[in-house]
Amino acid sequence: MATVLTPPKPATPSGGDFSGGGNGFGSREFGGGGGPEHQSWGVPAGTYRTGMWMALVAIVMLFAAFTSALVVRKGGSRDWMPIALPPILYFNTVILLASSVALEISRRALATGTVRRFKVSLNAAAILGVAFIGGQFIAWTQLAAHGVFLATNPSSSFFYLLTGAHAVHLLGGVTALFYLVWRAPQLASGLKKPVAVDVTAIYWHFMDGLWIYLLLLLTVRL
Amino acid sequence: MALAFALVVAIITVVSVYIFAAHIWWFPPNISTHGAAVDHQFTLTLIMCGVVFVLAQLGLAWFVYKYRDKGDGRKVIYSHGNNTLESTWTTAAAILFIGLNLMGYRIWAAMHFTGPAPGAIRIQAQGQQFAWYFRYPGPDGQFGPTHPEQVSDSSGNFYGLDREKDAASKDDIITATLGIPVGKEIEVVLRSKDVGHSFFVRELRVHQDLVPGLEIPIHFTTTGDALNHSSDPKLPNGTYEIVCTQLCGLGHYKMRAFLKVMTEADYEKWLQDQAASQ
Amino acid sequence: MAEMQVHSEAVHHHTAPTGFIRKYIFSLDHKVIGKQYYFLALASVFVGIVLSVLMRWHLVWPDAHIPLLGMLSPNGAPGGVMTPEYYLSLMTLHGTLMVFFVLTTAPQSGFGNYVLPIQLGAEDMAFPTLNMLSFWTTFVGFVVLLATFFIADGPPLSGWTAYAPLSAVGPAAGPGEGLGQTLWIISIAIFCVGSLLGALNFIATTLDLRAKGLTLTRMPLTVWAWLLTAILALLSFAVLLAAGVLLLLDRVGGTSFFIPANTILSDRLLTNHSGGSPLLWQHLFWFFGHPEVYIAILPGMGVTSHIISTFSRKPIFGYKAMIYAMSAIGFFGFMVWGHHMFLSGMSPYTGFAFSVMTMAIGVPSAIKTFNWLGTLWGGRLRLTTAMLFSIGFVSLFVSGGLSGLFLAQPPVDVNLHATYFVVGHFHLVMGVAAIFGMFAGTFFWFPKMFGRMMNETLGKIHFWFTFVGVYCIFMPMHFLGVAGNVRRYSRFTEVNFLNTPHVIDLHIFMSWAAFITAGAQLIFLVNLFWSMFKGEKASENPWESTTLEWTIPSPPPFDNFAGKHPVVYHGAYEYGVPGAEKDYIMQDSPEKVSGT
Ligand code: HEA
Ligand code: HEA
Ligand code: CUA
Ligand SMILES: [Cu+2]
Repeated sequence: MATVLTPPKPATPSGGDFSGGGNGFGSREFGGGGGPEHQSWGVPAGTYRTGMWMALVAIVMLFAAFTSALVVRKGGSRDWMPIALPPILYFNTVILLASSVALEISRRALATGTVRRFKVSLNAAAILGVAFIGGQFIAWTQLAAHGVFLATNPSSSFFYLLTGAHAVHLLGGVTALFYLVWRAPQLASGLKKPVAVDVTAIYWHFMDGLWIYLLLLLTVRL
Repeated sequence: MALAFALVVAIITVVSVYIFAAHIWWFPPNISTHGAAVDHQFTLTLIMCGVVFVLAQLGLAWFVYKYRDKGDGRKVIYSHGNNTLESTWTTAAAILFIGLNLMGYRIWAAMHFTGPAPGAIRIQAQGQQFAWYFRYPGPDGQFGPTHPEQVSDSSGNFYGLDREKDAASKDDIITATLGIPVGKEIEVVLRSKDVGHSFFVRELRVHQDLVPGLEIPIHFTTTGDALNHSSDPKLPNGTYEIVCTQLCGLGHYKMRAFLKVMTEADYEKWLQDQAASQ
Repeated sequence: MAEMQVHSEAVHHHTAPTGFIRKYIFSLDHKVIGKQYYFLALASVFVGIVLSVLMRWHLVWPDAHIPLLGMLSPNGAPGGVMTPEYYLSLMTLHGTLMVFFVLTTAPQSGFGNYVLPIQLGAEDMAFPTLNMLSFWTTFVGFVVLLATFFIADGPPLSGWTAYAPLSAVGPAAGPGEGLGQTLWIISIAIFCVGSLLGALNFIATTLDLRAKGLTLTRMPLTVWAWLLTAILALLSFAVLLAAGVLLLLDRVGGTSFFIPANTILSDRLLTNHSGGSPLLWQHLFWFFGHPEVYIAILPGMGVTSHIISTFSRKPIFGYKAMIYAMSAIGFFGFMVWGHHMFLSGMSPYTGFAFSVMTMAIGVPSAIKTFNWLGTLWGGRLRLTTAMLFSIGFVSLFVSGGLSGLFLAQPPVDVNLHATYFVVGHFHLVMGVAAIFGMFAGTFFWFPKMFGRMMNETLGKIHFWFTFVGVYCIFMPMHFLGVAGNVRRYSRFTEVNFLNTPHVIDLHIFMSWAAFITAGAQLIFLVNLFWSMFKGEKASENPWESTTLEWTIPSPPPFDNFAGKHPVVYHGAYEYGVPGAEKDYIMQDSPEKVSGT
C-alpha cells in the first residue's frame, strides 16, 4: 500500500462521507452546536443526523434486548397468562401517527417557507404527542382497574415494561417538540437552521415505527 | 535497557514453562472413565500454546534486543507489510485453533450428548446456602414428590418430603455425603433450593452449575483407582471433596461435602445405615 | 497549497470560556473533559488497588487485624478482622470499579476525548454539550457506587457479574444484597447512559469531522480503535441497561424476570415470585460482558500499535490487516458470550458453537500480535518509557490471551471454570495489558496534555516494578487454577485441598508481590503530579511523531488548530521513508513519498 501524494478531496457539505475523507467543515457558519462558549462551534447539519441515527441504534438494541427477554421468558415458563390489551391502545396509535404526519407537514412547510402552516402543524404535532402519552396513561389505569399490575404476571410485567420504556422515550421527543414550538419564530425567520426540526422529525417518526412494532409484539406475544 | 528487557522476558518465559512442565501445581489424579480424555485435551492445548508462548515471547525479546537503537543511524527496513506473510500466519493460526477445537469435540460429546445407560444409579443432589444434600430413591426406585412449602432446615426436611402422605417418599434416603459404588455409572440430578451454585469434583473432572428452577442431570463412572486416592492425605482413601464454585453468598467458601467411593458391598451397607438413620 | 490559504483565512470566533466553572468543571472543551475522565479513572483505580491489597491481605491471613479497617467499617471488619461477606463486597467493588470506571473511562473517554478530535484535525467533538453530559453522568454513577461503602450493610457481595437470583431476591440472600445491590444496579445503569452518549459522540465525530484528505485508510490506528470501541459500546451498553432495568424491577417492582418459582431462602418460601429464568440474566449480562472486555482492550491495542510504530521509526506492519483484525475482533466479539456459560446448563450443542467462535476470535488477535512483532523487526527501537509499556503490553497480551484458549474449550474449561486460572487469565489481558496501554498512553501524550515531559528515570523504575510485579501476581494464579483453586472464596481454610502449605504459600508469595506492585504505583503517581508542575517544558513534537496532534503547540490552544484547518496528505505511519529529508513525514506535510 504505497502512499503517494494525492490532492485533497473536495469538501462534502453533507459530511458523513466515508471514502473521501472529512468535509473540511463545509458549513462552519451554522451555529448552535453546544453551549454559550461554543457559539460558533457549528458542525455540518449532516453530523446532527449521524448523531441521531446512532442514538436510534442504541434504542433499537435496548428494545431488542427487551424483546429477546420476552421470548426467552415466555418460552420456558408455565406461569404465563395472556392479558387482553386495552382497546384504547389502538386509538392512541392513530393519535401518534397523526402527530407524526403533522410534524412531517410542518417540516416540509418550513423547507418551502410557508410559515403559518409550519407553526400550526408543529403545535398540532406537539399536542398530539402529549395526547398519546395521556392515552397510554389511561391504558395503564384501565389495566390497574382490572387488577392487572406490573407484578401480576410476566405478561403484564412485559406490558408495563415495554409501554413504559416507550413512553419515557416519547417524553424526550415531546420535550424536543415543545422546544421547537418555543423556537418556532427563529426557525421561521431562518435565524436558526432547520436541522433541529429534521433531527426531531427523524426521532419522532422512529418512535412511531417503534410503537407499531411494540403493538404487534404485544398482540402476538401476550 | 533492551538487554534487560530481553532477559526478563526470557526468564519469565522459562520459569513459567518449567513450572507447568514439572507439574509442581497440577491436577489431582483422575478417577473417572472420561477424565483421561479431558486431561489429554488439556495437555495437548498446553503443548500447543506453550510452543506459541515461547516463540512469541522469545521472539519479542530477541527483536527488542537486536533492533534497539544503537545510535549508529542505521536505516530501518521501510515496509508497510507483506500480504503473503499475513495470509500465511492467518491460516496457520486458524488451522491451529479450529483443529484443536474439533479435537475437543469428541470428549465434550461423550460427556454431554449421550445420556446415561438404562442401568445407571440415579441420585439427586440439592445445593443450598451453604450445604449439599443428596437423595436416594430407596428400594422402590421412586423419588417422592417435593412440597416446597414443607421445606424446613430446622426440622431436617431439606427436600420438603411428606413421608406420611406420599408412598414414594417413605423410603427415600437423604444424606449429607454422596456415597457411590466404584465402577458403576452414576447419574446425579442437580437442583438448587435458593440461588445458583456449582457442583465440582476435581478428581472426577465433573463440573456443573446448579440453576434454580432447573433440574440438570450429569453422569459419570468411576475407575478402580477411585478407591486408592483422596482429595487430601488427611482424608481416608476413596473420599473426595465436592466444592461449590458459583458465588452463592457469604458462606460460598465453606459449601463443601464429601464424595465417598466404596466397593459394591460397602455401598449397600452404607446405604442401609443411612436408611436406618432417617 | 491554495487549499490551505483559503482555510486559514476562514473567519473564526470559537472563543475560550472565561471563569473557573465553565473552564474546568462544566467545560465543553474536549481536552478538559478528556482530563476529567482521566482523573476519574485515576481515582477509581486507586480505590480499586487499595481494595485488592485488602483482599490479598485477607486471603492469606484471614484472621489478621488490618489497621484502620476496623474504624473505616465497623460492620465489615469488627475489630479490624474482615468478615467473609465483607471480603466478597470488596471483591465486587474491586471488579466493578476496575472494569467500568477504569477500563471503560480512561482508555476510551479519557485519551479518546483528548486526542481523537485533534488527530482528526477537528477543533472539538461533534457535540460538546453531550460530551460534558456523558462525563457528569458517569461521575454520578461513580458517586452512587462508592456510596455503597457508607450504608449500613455495605456493598453488594454478588460479584461484578451480579448473577441472579442471588442479586435479585434482596436482603434475604445475604448482607449487602439489600440497598447495596440496588445502588449497584442504579450506578451501572447511569454508567450505561453515560457511555452511550459518549459512544454516539465518538462515532459522529470520526465519521463527519475528519480533516480534508484524512481518508479512513489514512487514520491513525488509535482513531480506528476508538471508533470500533465506540461502536461496540453503542451496541452492548444498551443491552446491559435493559438487563439492569429488568433486575431492578425484580428487586423493587416484585416482577419475576429472573426469579424462579419455589425459591426458599433461610426457610422462607418466596411466594411472590415464579417462573423467572436465571439463565436469562447470564445471557443478557454476557452479551454485554464479552464485548465489554474488548471495549477494554481495543483502545490499548490502538495505542500500542501507534507507539510501537513511532518508536521503531518504522511504518506499522500491515496497517490494513490491523484494521481488519480489530474489526473482526469487534464483530466476532458479539458471538462468543456463551463461553462464559459452558457449564451453566446451556445446551451443550450451543456451548460447542460458542466454543468454535471463541477460538476463531483468537485468529485476529494472532494477526495483531504478529504485526506488532513485524513492526519491531528491522526497526530502530527507541526504548522510551512509553515504548517499554507498549512492548510490555504485547508480552502480557500474549500470555493472557493464550490462557484464554484453554478456557475456550468446554472439555478443558470443565476443570478450570471458576478457578484462579480464569482470574489469572483476565488479569493478564485486562488487569494489566489494558492497563499498560493506559500507562503507555500517559507517557506518550502527557507532553501534549500538560506541556511538560514526564520523568523517564522514574518512569522506567515504575515500569520494571510493575512489569515483573504483575507477572509474579498473576502467572501463579494459573498454576493454582490447574490445581483446582476455586475463585471468590473468602478464605481457603474450609476446604482440605486448599488448606495446605502447597497452596497457601504460593498465595502468600502472590500477596507480597501484590503489596510491592501496588506500592510501586506511588512512583507513577509522584511522577505524574511532579511532572505536571516541575517537568521540563515539552516541545511541539517531542517524539518526532507524525500525527496531527504533534503539529500544534503543547498544550494546544483552546480550539486546537487556532482557526486553521489542517489538510492531510499521508497515512499516519510514514517513518524512515527512503529519500525523505527527515526519518518521519508529518501527515500534513505536502512532501512527496516515493513509497515501496
Ligand atoms: C481485556 C479483556 C479480555 C480479553 C482481551 C480476553 C480475551 C479472550 N478471552 Fe477472556 N475473559 C475476560 C477478559 C478478557 N478476555 C474476563 C474479565 C473474564 C472473566 C469474567 C468473569 O467471570 O469474571 C474472561 C473469561 C473468559 C472465559 C470464561 C472462562 C470461564 O469463566 O470458565 C473464556 C472462555 O472461553 C475466555 C476466553 C478468551 C479468549 C479465547 C480470548 C481471546 O480474545 C484471546 C486471543 C489472544 C491470543 C490467542 C494470544 C495472542 C496471539 C498469539 C500469540 C498468536 C499466536 C497464537 C497461536 C497461533 C495459537 N475468557
Ligand atoms: C482492570 C481490571 C483489574 C485490575 C487492574 C485489577 C488489579 C488487581 N487485582 Fe483484580 N479483579 C478484576 C479486575 C482487575 N483487577 C476483576 C474484574 C475481578 C473479578 C471480580 C469478581 O470476581 O466479581 C478481580 C478479582 C480479583 C481477585 C480474585 C478475587 C476472588 O476471586 O476471590 C484478586 C485476588 O487476588 C485480585 C487481585 C488484584 C490485584 C492484586 C490487583 C492489582 O493491585 C495489581 C497491581 C495494580 C496495577 C498493576 C494497576 C496499576 C494501574 C494504575 C496505577 C492505573 C493508572 C491510571 C491511569 C493511567 C489513568 N483481583
Ligand atoms: Cu454454593 Cu457457592
Ligand atoms: Cu468473554
